Amino acid sequence: MPPDEPLVRWDWVLSHLDDPIGTQLAEHLRLSLIPVLLGLLIALPLGVACARWRRLYPPVFTGINVLYAIPSIALFFLLLPYTSFTDWTAIIPLTVYTLSVLVPNVVGGLDQVPAHVREAATAVGFAPVARLLRVELPVAVPVIVAGLRVAAVASVSMVSVAALVGLGGLGQLILTDGFQRQFPTPIVVGIVLSVALAFAIDGALVLLQRALTPWARGRAER
Amino acid sequence: MITFEGVTKRYPGGTVAVDRLSLRIPSGRTTVFVGPSGCGKTTSLRMINRMIDHTEGTLAIDGTDVREVDPVLLRRGIGYVIQQAGLFPHRTILDNIATVPFLLGWKRGRARGRARELMELVGLTPELAKRYPYQLSGGQQQRVGVARALAADPPVLLMDEPFSAVDPVVRASLQDELIRLQSELHKTIVFVTHDIDEAVKVGDTIAVLRPGGRLAQFDTPEKLLAEPADDFVETFLGYDRGVRRLSFFPARQLRLRTHALVPQTATAAEAGATAARTEEPWLLVLDGERRPRGWLAAARLDPSQDHAPVDPATPVGELPLTSYGHVFQVGQDSLRAALDAAVLSPAGRAVGVHEDGTVAGVVAQTDLGEAIWAVGNEDDGTGPAEGAPDAAR
Repeated sequence: MPPDEPLVRWDWVLSHLDDPIGTQLAEHLRLSLIPVLLGLLIALPLGVACARWRRLYPPVFTGINVLYAIPSIALFFLLLPYTSFTDWTAIIPLTVYTLSVLVPNVVGGLDQVPAHVREAATAVGFAPVARLLRVELPVAVPVIVAGLRVAAVASVSMVSVAALVGLGGLGQLILTDGFQRQFPTPIVVGIVLSVALAFAIDGALVLLQRALTPWARGRAER
Repeated sequence: MITFEGVTKRYPGGTVAVDRLSLRIPSGRTTVFVGPSGCGKTTSLRMINRMIDHTEGTLAIDGTDVREVDPVLLRRGIGYVIQQAGLFPHRTILDNIATVPFLLGWKRGRARGRARELMELVGLTPELAKRYPYQLSGGQQQRVGVARALAADPPVLLMDEPFSAVDPVVRASLQDELIRLQSELHKTIVFVTHDIDEAVKVGDTIAVLRPGGRLAQFDTPEKLLAEPADDFVETFLGYDRGVRRLSFFPARQLRLRTHALVPQTATAAEAGATAARTEEPWLLVLDGERRPRGWLAAARLDPSQDHAPVDPATPVGELPLTSYGHVFQVGQDSLRAALDAAVLSPAGRAVGVHEDGTVAGVVAQTDLGEAIWAVGNEDDGTGPAEGAPDAAR
């Protein structure tokens, strides 16, 4: 980096607002949210199954943790021969990572449904599936959303690494535009936007939870 | 009528929770299953709506074997109230109550309208309709639990220790409320408790179960307290079952004495004369409306006694009086309440009042003793019970 280079060149930021800053931000958002949604779609049935058939949980839990232990870069490169430079190269590993948070939270959320609530649901005549969908899962929502918040923030931060395989949204800004050209402005922009995006998604999830669970408000204080 | 015929619950490990239980639970009455923990009372209750399936014998509701009914449909037709209310935390009070109507496919408006009626029936104010369970007190939650159980107007109501998680004052008021509701609704209620006092209070008939899940006795509360079937039942009923039995005998049979009542305007000399004539050691001073004011010891009026002299012209209302303690209502209360009033009275006499609070008379210990003795003598006969429930076999 040249010694007289400033940390941020505002003229570059302004002239590149649309491209690459805007496009990479949108790309980053897409690449981090799709894995969270896919992860939730997989974690719900998997978590429900683990909560119901308890013996399933230890091997599943170990399995998703082992997957989580694989470094993301390694996974990206491992997938390259199959998915090449499509979005799936980023989406598949990130989806797998969200499971390590989401599955335990689905199981935990279902576990904390009070026994008397479960029992009452059976006693008033909910069939097992209706009981799950209309009582147990709704009551588990706060815990599941808490897991979603962790998974979403982790996903936003990990997308950047996919820049190494030519994907990665803001990661591209940091790696290609900034690091390789010894130009700090895109690096700073990439980091700031990445953090801001994480905050924004987290905030959106908090609002979502408030809207979904008016009944849980104030419970923590009691 | 719910009939148990040799009903047994044997778990795969071999543990027997309920052992050859046979009894007939009459329709429209409250039947209590009571016993120590491990006696199978809750298991017996849950076998009725198939929360637990029995392994041997026959369990039928109005002649229909419960095993021939789909459990989910069976449960929608039976109200169920549990200890911690078991309300759905994510649903408003109104929707909690409307749960079964919703499950039965009622239109939303009709279900909620019915739920509103029930809120009124169980004494919940309409403002609570839109609240969530966490915003209610334990007692209110339990009322919601009862309302939810009644929402689809099921003929049978199962109550599993419904009031044991609330404080004694709230519990007593919920019990009174249940008795009032039942006098209007005439449901077939099966009520589980470990508290014999609660059983005696709410039950028309009581089934005492012993550990190991066997029936020890099935009788009316009166009969149970008068004639425990064996040592187990006797011990379970507790040392004061004799006193508790008195609650089944009306206080109106007591002889009320009125000759020792003095108005507060009477002078000490007049009161002294009354005491001397009646030989009563205590006089009850009444206010202008004939309500009790307090006890006056006759000894204080006797000039020969060694104490500060009382001016014979002083109205007795101006003399220091001893608190009259608590009273019993002659028309409604039982011998137990009269005995309690006498025990707590500083004068050792119970003050009986009419409904409007005016004094009906005073019961002396000798008269109370005679009435209690008469109760003891009735044990030789059938007692005051309306007849024992019919036990199968």
